[in-house]
Amino acid sequence: MIEKTLKGKPAYWIWLAILGALIAIGWACYFRQYAFGLGLTGMSRDVSWGLYISQFTFLVGVAAGGLMLVLPYYIHNYKAFARITILGEFLAISALVMCLMFIMADLGQPLRGLNVIFFPTPHSMLFWDMCVLWGYLLLNVLCGWVILTAERKQVPPPKWIYIFVAISIPFAVSIHTVTAMLYCGLPGRHFWLSAIIAPRFLASAFAAGPSLILIACLVMRKYADFDAGKEAISKLTTIIMYAVIINTFFFLLEFFVGYYSEVPGHIHSLQYLFFGLEHNGEVYNNLVPFMWVATLFNFTGLGILAYMKIFKVFDYRLVGTAAVLIFLALWTDKGLGFVFAGFVPNPLEEVTEYIPTLNELGITIGVWATGFFLLTLLYKIAIGVEHEVEQ
Amino acid sequence: MMDNKRRKFLKMAGATVLAGISAPAIVKLSSTDAVASGGGQEAAAGGHSQSAAGASSARIRLGMVVDMRVFYQDQALLDVAIEACVKAHNIPEIPDRKSEIKWIWKTGYENAFPEHSHNHRSQILEHNQFAVLCNHCDNPSCVKACPTKATFVVEKNGIVAMDFHRCIGCRFCMAACPFGARSFNWQDPRPFIKRYNPDFPTRMRGVVEKCNFCGERLALGLEPACVEACKGTGALVFGDLNDADSEIRKVLDEEFTIQRKPSAGTIPSVFYIV
Amino acid sequence: MYNKGYVITGLVIFVLFVTFPVWFNGLDAGPLPKPEPPPGGEKQCVAPAAEMRDSHMQLLNEWRDDVLRNSNRVMITVDGKEYRKGLQIACMQCHSNKEKFCDTCHDYAAVSPTCWDCHIAPAELAKKEAQ
Repeated sequence: MIEKTLKGKPAYWIWLAILGALIAIGWACYFRQYAFGLGLTGMSRDVSWGLYISQFTFLVGVAAGGLMLVLPYYIHNYKAFARITILGEFLAISALVMCLMFIMADLGQPLRGLNVIFFPTPHSMLFWDMCVLWGYLLLNVLCGWVILTAERKQVPPPKWIYIFVAISIPFAVSIHTVTAMLYCGLPGRHFWLSAIIAPRFLASAFAAGPSLILIACLVMRKYADFDAGKEAISKLTTIIMYAVIINTFFFLLEFFVGYYSEVPGHIHSLQYLFFGLEHNGEVYNNLVPFMWVATLFNFTGLGILAYMKIFKVFDYRLVGTAAVLIFLALWTDKGLGFVFAGFVPNPLEEVTEYIPTLNELGITIGVWATGFFLLTLLYKIAIGVEHEVEQ
Repeated sequence: MMDNKRRKFLKMAGATVLAGISAPAIVKLSSTDAVASGGGQEAAAGGHSQSAAGASSARIRLGMVVDMRVFYQDQALLDVAIEACVKAHNIPEIPDRKSEIKWIWKTGYENAFPEHSHNHRSQILEHNQFAVLCNHCDNPSCVKACPTKATFVVEKNGIVAMDFHRCIGCRFCMAACPFGARSFNWQDPRPFIKRYNPDFPTRMRGVVEKCNFCGERLALGLEPACVEACKGTGALVFGDLNDADSEIRKVLDEEFTIQRKPSAGTIPSVFYIV
Repeated sequence: MYNKGYVITGLVIFVLFVTFPVWFNGLDAGPLPKPEPPPGGEKQCVAPAAEMRDSHMQLLNEWRDDVLRNSNRVMITVDGKEYRKGLQIACMQCHSNKEKFCDTCHDYAAVSPTCWDCHIAPAELAKKEAQ
C-alpha cells in the first residue's frame, strides 16, 4: 500500500516539500542543541520543562482523541464513521511519533534514553508513560494496517484484530491518564496537584483530536476528492461540542477552588495565566494574552457549534472555523499554559518566566512538520485505498 | 576523645568500616573472574557488607540542624559554608540566573519557608538570609519520579544520592522536588568552575545535580564541607537522626525546630532553629 | 536470476564500499600503540597489567557501582599500598599521563569513552591551575 504515497497531484508534492524543508530546519536546530546542551532553549532552573514537554502533553491528547471515532464505530457499530475511523487511528500514530520525538528532544542525555528500559522503575510515572505510549502506538499500527489491508482486498477484517481494537480503547484512556499522572502526583506543584487533571486532559483530548480530524477531512474534501460524509462531520461536531463543554466546566471548577478558597497555592498559577502575577513589585504576565485569546477562541468555537445545532444549520465553513478555533484554544491551554504555569511560582516562591528561543522553536516546528509529513503519507494511503475500492 | 568518637561515626556513616578494626574480611577487587582471579592482589581492607559493619543494626539516617541564631550573628559565615561546598564539589559559578547550579545557597525567609510566612514577621527573619539545601528526605518525591533510579536513597545512611553516570536528564526530579533543590547542567559546566578540587569529578552537560551530604568526604572520616567550614560555631549540626545519643538528637530534643514544607509529606532530614 | 549483471555489480560495489577502511589502509592496521608507563615510575597496579588491559572497563564500572550505589568506598590495599576506588582518585594518580597512556589505545581502537567528561584528567587540572 505504500506505493500510494508515490503518486499525487502537484499540491501534494509541494505540501510535502514545505514540510520537508521545515524538518530539515528542525534537524539543523537539533544538531546545534545536541552539541551545546539544552542551554540553547529558554528553559531554566526554575522552569525546567518547556515547549518540548508541553507539546508532548498536548499531542498525547491528540493521539487519545482518536478514541472518539474508534469507540462509536467498533463498539456501537456507528456506520457513518466507517470511512473516517482509519483517520483516527493514523492520527494517533503520527501524534505518538511526535510525542516520542519531543521526549527525545527534551532529554539532556539522549544517548542514555534506553536506561529507562535497562533500569525499569515502576514507581516512576515516566516508566509507565513509556509503556502505554509504545503500547498504544503499536496497537494503532497493527489495527490500522490490518483493517486497511482487509478493506483493500474487500474482505472483512480477521476476527482476531477486534481483540486488539478492544484493547486499544482502554489504552487510549490510559495514555492520557498516565500523562496526567506525571503532573498531578507531584507534591509542591499546586497547579498540577489536582485530581481533576486527568479528567480534564481526557475531555480536552476528546475535543482536540476530533477537531484535527475534522480539519483534515475538510482539507481532503477540497483537495483530495475525499468526502467524509455530512452525517459523520455533523456527529464529530457534536462530540467536539460536548467535550469542549466538559473541559471548560472542569477548568472553571479549578477557578472556583482557587478563587473561592483563596488558598494562595491554588490561585498563583491561574493568576499568572490570566491576570499576571505580581511579585516583588513586578508583574509577570507573558502568557496572559495567549490565555485570553484562547478563551475567546474557545467560546466562539463553542458558540458556532451550538448555533449550528440549535438552528439546525450545516455549513462547512462554519464547521471549519469552529474546529480551527477550538483546536487552537485547546493547544494554548494544554500545549502552553498548563505546563509553563505549573512552574510559576517556583518552590521558593520566586518567579521566572519562560520564553522559548528561536532554536527551540525550530526544533518544535521540525517535530510538528515530521508529524504532519507522516500524517499526510498515512492519509494518502488511506484515501488511496478507499478510492481504489470505490472504483 | 569526643573528636575521635565523632570521626568513627562519620566513617561509619560514610559506610566504610567501623574504624577498620573488625575482623578483616577479604574484599574482592572485582567480581569479574578475569580481574578477581589474579591472585595475590586481593587484600584485606575491612568489612565488605553491612553484615560485616553490622555493629549498628539500626539504619543510620543522616540529618542536619541549621542553627540560624549563629548565622544571624555572622551572616558572612554562611558565605564561607557555601564557598566550601562550591570548592569541594567543583560547582560551576554561572552568572546567568537561568542556568545556575546550587547545592547549598541562601535565600529569604519567605522563600525558604513559604508555609511559615505571615505578616508582621520579626525583623530578624526579614533581614537575614537562610541556608537552603537538599533535605535528604526520608520519603523523597524526586526518587519516586526518577525513571532510571539515577537518584536513589542510600540504604546505609539515608542520603538521597545521584548517579550522574545514569541520569538521562529528563528533569522529572526537578519538577517533583518541593524544595527546588535540584539543578540541571544546561551546558558544559567546566568553563564556569574557578578551581578544581582534584578529589571530586565535575559534571557533564545534560545531567541533574544537587547536594550529596558529602558522601565522598564521610568515607574519609571528614565532615561535610559546609559543616566543617562552620566548625566550632554550632551553626550546622550534622549526625545520625536515628541515634538517640548523637549530638544532633540532643539539639533536636532541646530546641524548637521547624522544617521546610512539612505538608509535602516528604519527611525532610534538615531542621532549622530560627 | 533476473538482472544478473546489475545484482552482481551492485553486490561487488557494496562489498568494496563497506570494506573501504580495510583496503584503503593496505590491509595494515598501523603500528600498535605503546602506552607509556606512569611518569612517577610506579610498577604496581591494582591488578596485573594483562588483566588491566583486558578488563579495566569492567573494573571501573564495578568501582562506580560500589562507590555510588552501594556506598561501599572501602579502600583497596594491594601489596601494602592503599587505593581509593575511582578513576580520578586512583588510576590517574599514577597514570597522570592520560594523553600518552589512555588515549593511545583508545585512539587506536577508535573508542571514545565519556569518562573524562566528568572525571578531571591531570592535564585539565594543570590547565585550570595555570589560569
